[in-house]
Amino acid sequence: MSRVGVVTFPGSLDDRDAQRAIRIAGAEAVPLWHADHDLQGVDAVVLPGGFSYGDYLRCGAIAAQARIMREVIDRANAGMPVLGICNGFQILVESHLLPGGLIRNDHGSFVCRDQRLRVENADTVWTSDFEVGEEFVVPLKNGEGGYIASEETLRELEGEGRVVFRYVDVNPNGSMNDIAGITNARGNVVGLMPHPEHAVEPGFGPDTDAAMRSGVDGLRLFRSALDSLLARV
Amino acid sequence: MIVVEVMPKPELLDPAGKATLGAIGRLGQTAVEGVRIGKRFELTVDGPVTPEVLAEVRALADDLLSNSVIEDVVSIHLASSEDLLDELDEGASGETR
Repeated sequence: MSRVGVVTFPGSLDDRDAQRAIRIAGAEAVPLWHADHDLQGVDAVVLPGGFSYGDYLRCGAIAAQARIMREVIDRANAGMPVLGICNGFQILVESHLLPGGLIRNDHGSFVCRDQRLRVENADTVWTSDFEVGEEFVVPLKNGEGGYIASEETLRELEGEGRVVFRYVDVNPNGSMNDIAGITNARGNVVGLMPHPEHAVEPGFGPDTDAAMRSGVDGLRLFRSALDSLLARV
Repeated sequence: MIVVEVMPKPELLDPAGKATLGAIGRLGQTAVEGVRIGKRFELTVDGPVTPEVLAEVRALADDLLSNSVIEDVVSIHLASSEDLLDELDEGASGETR
């Protein structure tokens, strides 16, 4: 069985939801602690949402210096799948595993909504079970989710197909080019602001046409990674 | 003490500054037409501020205290020159009194 680590930082909120999503997807969830320097041989890592270190300095900036991140960065650069969700995405950009930055929402308010996304790249480890152009809905909740990057970086991301998810209908935070998630050149590291781990179990996900709170589309990111890991064996 | 000042990049929207400007407007203040909010770090050092210490602070300012994607380090200076600035300010306000 694949083993997927979830790093808990002081102030992480969604670590247990991420662990649950991993278990529902069919893998073993391995809790990892920020101050450890041992990834315990996991096959992939999820950096969960929350407010690590109270968002002091900049969102994700202090977590990016956590001891365990040295190993996460080394393994990510060697091809290990890493998914950063919300604060985890912020940690990935502060760790320079992904380019650009995330700033306060342009309207100045925290936003919490069920968000429609379009898959722009189905070749990453975390999106291989999707089709390009496919749309799905997962919860989104952030105060500092506005994606920004220099013109050059944006050109590079768009030119290389490294925008993975784009907001549809509503751009909830002023992100450039409606960017909701991006990947590295290799496609093993993905960061996104919306929360797939909150849409994995009927009764607790977003509403769908079929039934209230029945949306489980978020599960497909985790299944994608597990399929990729199995294919690699 | 070494003071490091970091500001959001001028070309980026600063929603916190924008919200503050809105509050200023509601107070009836009209002379202020823009607000941007940055950060000031006060670093105390053990011993004298040598060129080596300053170089270390510069590296820290670039690598940790600021994120060059969204922010600029606008100033690194010794608090003593800041004190001088305070004195100048006091002198200026004295004139207007």
